Amino acid sequence: MSGPSTYEPKYAAERWLDKRLPIVRFGVDFMAFPSPRNLNYWYAFGGILTLCLMSQIITGIILAMHYTPDVNLAFDSVQRIRRDVQFGWLIQPMHAVGASMFFLAVYVHMFRGMYYGSYKNPRELLWIIGCLIYLVMMATGFLGYTLPWGQMSFWGATVITGFFGAIPVVGESLQQWLLGGYSVGNPTLQRFFSLHYLLPFVIVALVALHVWAVHHVGQNNPIGIDPKTKEDTLPFHPFYTMKDAFAIGVFMMIFALFVFYLPDALGHADNYQKADPLKTPPEIVPEWYFLPFYAILRAVPDKLLGVILMFAAIAILFILPWLDTAKVRSMRFRPVTRWFFIIFILAGFILGWCGARAPDDVAIPIGEGGLTFKWLSRIATFYYFAYFIPILPIMGWIEKTKPVPDSITKAVLSGDA
Amino acid sequence: MLKMFTKTIAIASVVMFSLFISAGLASAAAAGAKPDKQKWGFKGPFGTYDRPAMQRGYQVYREVCSSCHMLEQLSFHHLADKGAPFYDADFPNPNDNPVVKAFAKDWEIEDVDQDSGDPITRPGVPADGFPHIYPNAIAAAAVNGGAIPRDLSLIIPARGGGADYLYALLAKGYVDAPDGFVVGDGTNYNTYFPGNQIAMAQPMFEGGVEYSDGTKASVEQMSKDLVEFLAWAGDPKMEVRKKTGFGAFLFLFIFVLLLFMTYKEVWRNVKH
Amino acid sequence: MSETDQLDAHLDENGEPTRRDFIYIATATVAAVGAASVAWPLVAQMGAANDTLAAGSIEIDLSKVEEGQQLKVLYRGKPVFVRYRTAKEIMEADTVEMNDLPDPETDDARLVANPQGALNTQYLVMIGVCTHFGCIPVGEAGDFDGWYCPCHGSHYDTSGRIRKGPAPLNMVIPEYKYLSDTIIKVG
Repeated sequence: MSGPSTYEPKYAAERWLDKRLPIVRFGVDFMAFPSPRNLNYWYAFGGILTLCLMSQIITGIILAMHYTPDVNLAFDSVQRIRRDVQFGWLIQPMHAVGASMFFLAVYVHMFRGMYYGSYKNPRELLWIIGCLIYLVMMATGFLGYTLPWGQMSFWGATVITGFFGAIPVVGESLQQWLLGGYSVGNPTLQRFFSLHYLLPFVIVALVALHVWAVHHVGQNNPIGIDPKTKEDTLPFHPFYTMKDAFAIGVFMMIFALFVFYLPDALGHADNYQKADPLKTPPEIVPEWYFLPFYAILRAVPDKLLGVILMFAAIAILFILPWLDTAKVRSMRFRPVTRWFFIIFILAGFILGWCGARAPDDVAIPIGEGGLTFKWLSRIATFYYFAYFIPILPIMGWIEKTKPVPDSITKAVLSGDA
Repeated sequence: MLKMFTKTIAIASVVMFSLFISAGLASAAAAGAKPDKQKWGFKGPFGTYDRPAMQRGYQVYREVCSSCHMLEQLSFHHLADKGAPFYDADFPNPNDNPVVKAFAKDWEIEDVDQDSGDPITRPGVPADGFPHIYPNAIAAAAVNGGAIPRDLSLIIPARGGGADYLYALLAKGYVDAPDGFVVGDGTNYNTYFPGNQIAMAQPMFEGGVEYSDGTKASVEQMSKDLVEFLAWAGDPKMEVRKKTGFGAFLFLFIFVLLLFMTYKEVWRNVKH
Repeated sequence: MSETDQLDAHLDENGEPTRRDFIYIATATVAAVGAASVAWPLVAQMGAANDTLAAGSIEIDLSKVEEGQQLKVLYRGKPVFVRYRTAKEIMEADTVEMNDLPDPETDDARLVANPQGALNTQYLVMIGVCTHFGCIPVGEAGDFDGWYCPCHGSHYDTSGRIRKGPAPLNMVIPEYKYLSDTIIKVG
């Protein structure tokens, strides 16, 4: 995709094929993609995410062979998969745990992009496509969590679809349209199943664009300067395929630890109870990967404003390339902003913590009565948005950055990369 | 290179630690006393179920619990599957297991007469599921003073406290209410039940069942056996999952080591 | 420096395979083993599940069938006919010339011995599916007092053997055995 093709067909059959459909040439050039030689392990998460997506689609297609999207049968059909279907006890947790692993990897991938300034010119579109993938992933994850039709599935779906009811004027009819009824029921479950099967393929299409974009503009790297000479890059294969393969192996160990030994650790006990529209669980808690956004939602006393703020927290990611005004990409050379970024990650964790707890419980016992989770989440929400506006634009103008190396190779040889 | 390796491991453990934290926080239980931790043979990476205990536990379920609580997710043949309480290597097809056949016969199954189409009841066969006790949830609530007896096949995974909670509730929880605590009509005081008022009356009493293996049927023993059986009922594939997991890790350790060596070989002459 | 040259160096100075080769081959082999052991569950999951297998054998109480009656039981998604044949039907089944049969088989060969080792000639157990296109034949009908398939007009005799019509074979006898004098286990 960049640079002249290096593929030379050796055999007659190869030449025959190459003339008619240069698919081998495409593959060879694709894998020879010149990559900066200083990419660290944080850059392996692209490969890890590819594995996650493939694993989710394969196990998902298999589960759909045995699952029944009907309010009376869904819960039992999942149990049947775990008890009776050959290897269902392995494939079902692989899919459920796989969703958590997918989000874990995507968060690391996003934070890596934010730290090294991978969203900056000319990678704005690459970043936006990535944000779109994240958005569709969240939708897919939410839809999928409804399918087992446990108590948390049902009440989670009720709460989330309730967001749309908060929209003025059209809210109620929109909600009814989404649910296919007055409340979450069989029509909801069936459409959620249909869409949960569809969206992963939308993700595949977006990933294709994402990969195309990265091949067009080239990968960013930890020091954030463009490769200048051939010395600055290495062919993707075998250098980064092998580095990624090793990282994927380590990641698979974490994955396997959860699948085999802690399959329920990331879920909620209440989801082992069949959905009961007449009985709300004492606490409705979303999956861990939604907790920060759930905390933002609850930080605001007003329903509509809470929903708006929650969606704004995702929307603001899309305009990040234009909020960050700095000339330097990597945080390595931004001594002050770097700390703001670390606090930003901390705020994300704090929001996750708040999302898991009752708003009126005491989080930190300071002052009179202590700091409740509600107030802690307000502080963290405030910082979350403050990081994007005004911290990033202002720091871009006023911060005195450290000197950037001349070239990747120079940085590598001097041990700075 | 080793530095890189340890760094990766360190990062991975930090990430996992934070995951655990959030997971742990998410399942922080509401009211009810915190149950003591018991020693269970099925915990831990090499944990297995105790077969004699499970068999006694089934007896407790049959004689004490089954008049109100069903095992919705279980069929009789499950009891004779590999790893199940009544597995017998002589009968690899659980359908032929004589013990389970006898259990199944003991239950009345609703069916339809093949000629007339009339509803009939017949003795169970291993392929049958454990029968429903009540025609529907409303009927279940109506005959039990408004409280629906829960399905027991998933009771352990469906309770945040798991096996420890259920054991504590059954074996230790039924005590006299403290002074000043008003126990509502049709409820009983229980230390470990959220809110301390449980509709189920104390089910276990000393000698409530007679174990054929001579084990003394104390309340603790019966509770423990029942929990062992129900832990299996909630997660019958736990043993094969952990065993496979051990193999998977053995494989992954070798594979990751080889990948690391390959990676280092490929990069041997490249400074980075 | 040229990385590609380094990668292509398969032999060391003595012409021996290098340590590098060994690592590559070992890694590729282990990867292949891993891929196969992951692929197996993904393929095997399509096989019959435990509950399906458990429903794959049934026990039938023969004492419930009366003389001249037929019991129809669903087994593996297909009907099993258990017929208590009358003396006349047994006689008819026994006295057929083998030459008259498109699919020659004696009546005795279509029965299974009871625990005493004798044949209960009155009980005919077979899968009630026409061997033509899989319709379910009607009992006590047709030109041979046996079964008649309404779909394409196949006539079966009192032993369930094809006598007339397009069906090529006799109706299938399932695998079964006597558990006691009156109980058989099919499957």
